[in-house]
Amino acid sequence: MQKTELILQSQEALTSSVYRMRLTSRDPIAPLPGQFVNLALPGLFLRRPISVCDFDGHTLTLVYRCVGKGTAYMTQAPNGSRFDALVSLGHGYDLARIPDGAVLVGGGVGIPPLVYLARALHEAGKACTAVLGFRSREDVFLADTFAELGINTVLVTEDGSLGKKGFVTDALPDSIPYVCACGPEGMLRALLRCTPSPAQLSLEERMGCGFGACMGCSLETRDGPRRVCKEGPVFPREVLLWN
Amino acid sequence: MELNVNLCGITLDNPIIPASGTFGYGYEFSEWYDINMLGSLSFKGTTAKPRFGNPTPRIAETPQGMLNSVGLQNPGVDAVISEELPRLRQCFHKPVMANISGFSLEEYVLVAEKLSQVPEIGWLEVNISCPNVHGGGMSFGTSPEMAASVTKAVRNVTKKPVIMKLSPNVTDIVAVARACEDAGADGVSLINTLMGMRLNLRTRKPVLRNVTGGLSGPAVFPVALRMVYQVSAALSIPVVGMGGVSSAEDVLEMMLCGASAVEVGCANLIDPYACKRIIEDLPQAMEAYGISSLSQIIGGAHHA
Repeated sequence: MQKTELILQSQEALTSSVYRMRLTSRDPIAPLPGQFVNLALPGLFLRRPISVCDFDGHTLTLVYRCVGKGTAYMTQAPNGSRFDALVSLGHGYDLARIPDGAVLVGGGVGIPPLVYLARALHEAGKACTAVLGFRSREDVFLADTFAELGINTVLVTEDGSLGKKGFVTDALPDSIPYVCACGPEGMLRALLRCTPSPAQLSLEERMGCGFGACMGCSLETRDGPRRVCKEGPVFPREVLLWN
Repeated sequence: MELNVNLCGITLDNPIIPASGTFGYGYEFSEWYDINMLGSLSFKGTTAKPRFGNPTPRIAETPQGMLNSVGLQNPGVDAVISEELPRLRQCFHKPVMANISGFSLEEYVLVAEKLSQVPEIGWLEVNISCPNVHGGGMSFGTSPEMAASVTKAVRNVTKKPVIMKLSPNVTDIVAVARACEDAGADGVSLINTLMGMRLNLRTRKPVLRNVTGGLSGPAVFPVALRMVYQVSAALSIPVVGMGGVSSAEDVLEMMLCGASAVEVGCANLIDPYACKRIIEDLPQAMEAYGISSLSQIIGGAHHA
């Protein structure tokens, strides 16, 4: 956990509602795959938690969907904007436990953190497959980024306008040694019903502080109450009480 | 510059105390800074049994503040004593304030008895004002008679100073505060959160699963200040002021209105360094307003 200032270098729209920010940091930072940042925005009381999409040692990439006042403000921020930020928050994907051949499953804005995870696995010499789900052709984003990393990428759209028609659960490979997923809770639950494979899942919850102080985002688990912002957002499937 | 104050017979290096529910059991914040610079800290409200609290979502944003409906999540008094406080002891070496809550007089008594045995606990802060639980919490703090009965019950089982934490969700907070003083309280702390709600226009439903929650943050500061002013004018026991405090200047206002010490709550959640910053800013703010000793300004606004 670290407090710093992030400086906006560039921003672009990836779809009609999804944006990509590239930022540098005032101080050296070292976010891990699955962690998030919590941005303070002018005029809004609570920070906005955004998952880390990628980090190359210098530039931090955030990909977010514009859903409300805070994210609408972010879309309008000019290059050079400075954000008071808490970085390297939460417990991300446990890379050591992910074997060769893992399947990364993402839905919508659950996809961004899987980019950094895919890069980390790739650099560790572990192959993986990405299964990415969207509503429709015009909602597709970041698919090219996985392809550039040389990762076998399967696209799924609900209306069949691009890739396979249906949900991510309709496009899973036959062999699934391990699952890493991020997306809406309905998707994650459906995914677990489809496969008994070991899995790490990134969850979402409305947060107060984002660093474990307020207990706002707690989740009941087999190990007792756990904070999505602190012990999560990534949890191994065996601790979840979703059965 | 003298920052030290006295709270019920215990000297604090400075009047700043992180408020219960915004600072966990303290050790979480030692990842950000050395928490020994704090005056003290009030740890997460503790009940007899472990509690998960209310279903999520239990946080909502408001203008200049937030709502929470956490509902007293805590691991229960036995785990607090055996697991949380030993961890706090590793990183904090001053008397701490134990915040206790209950759903019956018996529960308050049980938790107070157990925590009274812990040497590093300096004060018991008795929460009779949680707006997020049903059949306990705030219901004890909304009538002077009930508040007095909890005060008496806890008073009887502890030698530690008893500070009753009051609810602002009442018609006459002074009457409740007086009842606590008459029943043997050593101090009162106020205010807990104000009950509120928010709606999600897309779903046309409340943002909070619990429908209502407690409002905190700078939005409540003027209300808190007014109540601290009124209560301290009516009581002769110390008042701990809180509610939306987020700067050294806010601390000075609270103390001039009668607060002997000041709790900082919501500010910790948006800036983990809030208490550190406030403590570091205090000398300069004191100098700007011609104050050399904080203890000498307590209640200064009441003087003619």
